[in-house]
Amino acid sequence: MTLSFERRLTRDWGDPSVIGLDGYVANGGYEGLRRALGMPDADIVEVVKASGLRGRGGAGFPTGMKWGFVPRDIGKPTYVVVNFDESEPGTCNNRELVERDPHRLLEGAVIAALAIGCETVYLYVRGEYLWQSIVLERAIAEAYAGGYLGADVRGSGKRVDLVLHRGAGAYICGEETALLNSLEGLRGQPRLRPPFPAVEGLFSCPTVINNVETLMNVPDIVIRGAEWFRELGTERSPGTKMVTISGKVERPGNYEVPLGTPFRTVLEEFAGGVLGGRALKAWTPGGSSTPMLTAEHVDTGLDYESLAAAGSLLGTAAIMVMDETDCVVDCAARMVRFYAHESCGKCTPCREGSWWATRVLARIEEGQGRPEDVPVMSDMGTNLLFRAFCALADGTASVINSSLAHFRDEYEEHVRLGRCPLKADHAVLEEVGA
Amino acid sequence: MAVFEGDVLADARAIMARYPQEHVRSAVMPLLYLAQSVDGMLTAEALREIGALLGITTAEVQAVASFYSMYRLRPTGAHVVGVCTNLACKLRGAEAVYVAARQAAGLAHGEEVSGDGLFTVHEEECLGVCEHAPGVQVDLCNHDDVTPERIRELVGRLRDGEVPEPARGTAFGSFRAASRALAGLEAVPGA
Repeated sequence: MTLSFERRLTRDWGDPSVIGLDGYVANGGYEGLRRALGMPDADIVEVVKASGLRGRGGAGFPTGMKWGFVPRDIGKPTYVVVNFDESEPGTCNNRELVERDPHRLLEGAVIAALAIGCETVYLYVRGEYLWQSIVLERAIAEAYAGGYLGADVRGSGKRVDLVLHRGAGAYICGEETALLNSLEGLRGQPRLRPPFPAVEGLFSCPTVINNVETLMNVPDIVIRGAEWFRELGTERSPGTKMVTISGKVERPGNYEVPLGTPFRTVLEEFAGGVLGGRALKAWTPGGSSTPMLTAEHVDTGLDYESLAAAGSLLGTAAIMVMDETDCVVDCAARMVRFYAHESCGKCTPCREGSWWATRVLARIEEGQGRPEDVPVMSDMGTNLLFRAFCALADGTASVINSSLAHFRDEYEEHVRLGRCPLKADHAVLEEVGA
Repeated sequence: MAVFEGDVLADARAIMARYPQEHVRSAVMPLLYLAQSVDGMLTAEALREIGALLGITTAEVQAVASFYSMYRLRPTGAHVVGVCTNLACKLRGAEAVYVAARQAAGLAHGEEVSGDGLFTVHEEECLGVCEHAPGVQVDLCNHDDVTPERIRELVGRLRDGEVPEPARGTAFGSFRAASRALAGLEAVPGA
């Protein structure tokens, strides 16, 4: 079986001319904006609602509904904030979308601005994406020169400005309220909700925060309609999704697939199977924050509902593949170390728990695990999940809980043997000739 | 002012003008990058001056500078080499690349700047180039599918004063120049 469908977000990836404004327009670019300018704001919100488009950044919240929450005419400006802080481990599809088709993001953002009556869009780019932010700076300059941004968008009399703002290396700023604090010149720590950003967001004004991939779906929805959008994907997860597959596969990459496509199809048809023909051991469906699954789950559909039923989450659809030679404890230790590094420090369970969990996991992997360490990890997972202000600690808990649920034997074997059963001693140092 | 004077002060004013006047504090992040592009790190004097420019305290500037890992508060090499060792890269051999990078740069355990002042090498969290793991950034420019051999070659070329061509975009040539681009000020290379 070969998956065949009309590509949407990636259809122009073979045509580098679309990176520039002229090429983008020649390929039908900014047609969605032209149409949106002729529509009442409410109709733009309505078509996005009807499409069933859900946020692609991880949470899967219905985009049109989010836009509909923004109160109008309360005497405050409204803001659209583009979340291009893509930092979830294993995720890089927003990066490639922007590299190959930057104007589509700008077009989606301007349409969102029109939908909620916003005059200034802030585009938050993670600092490490310096090249991609330069690609965007060029596109923004072109869009201003072409009248797609500025005081009078395409002669409509409507103003939409766009300000690019770079982050500086903080995973937590992908969390929307932490991102707002970062934009306001503060430490990137999450805010208490309510009030939700739709009511009190940037500068205490109503704010919509959307992921890059989410917004890049919008121009086509405006042009081709909600029914067209729903032709691919599932009833509750319509449309396509960019999937990043990395780790132990033959062809790592970013691939667009209809939501609901089985993981097996992505692994075998797109990624060419597990590296070296080895056996699949474990995989994260949506970045390291989503509970890992195993070879048993290879036929699970990649959509919000199917993955929830399998005990995980679609997240950012960032699949990291571990094969039979990889040690789950070693991988879990590295993933948890990430959360310890990225914890903003606001909540004790996250700040202290991720640090302790890193130490315990490291000692188990290094052969110094104690018999009580495995139950201790179990307790830690329980005490981290849903115990902190934002979902960062839940990511830590997901790694611990899912690796224990599927690979408890492997943890116990480390403790029993007093070494990692899978890793040859000092392999790394030998490889570099140390 | 010692850091923000002349052209640098003019650049700072241009950065501040990107934001609404009543929310000029939003300019703190690009101003920190600008200061970093001048000194190669953030000095106490720079933090004080940024506070004065924005009408906030030095502590408020320091709070931001110390939160984000891309601001350097300690002496830093002319070139910053970041090796991603997060899971996708680790699975493709990143730990060996990191060890090789430190060795090639001549960094002893725990040392942040090489004796010749040329290199700072650190582990990075996910850099978002997972399909080209292991991923490395040299002065914020990507190098893809890096092996221990490749990183030794890259470090050697930097030591010889070369500017290795990155996987995408154009190299900035130094950490200071990259910091200026991060402030949104650099004339875009290749544009």
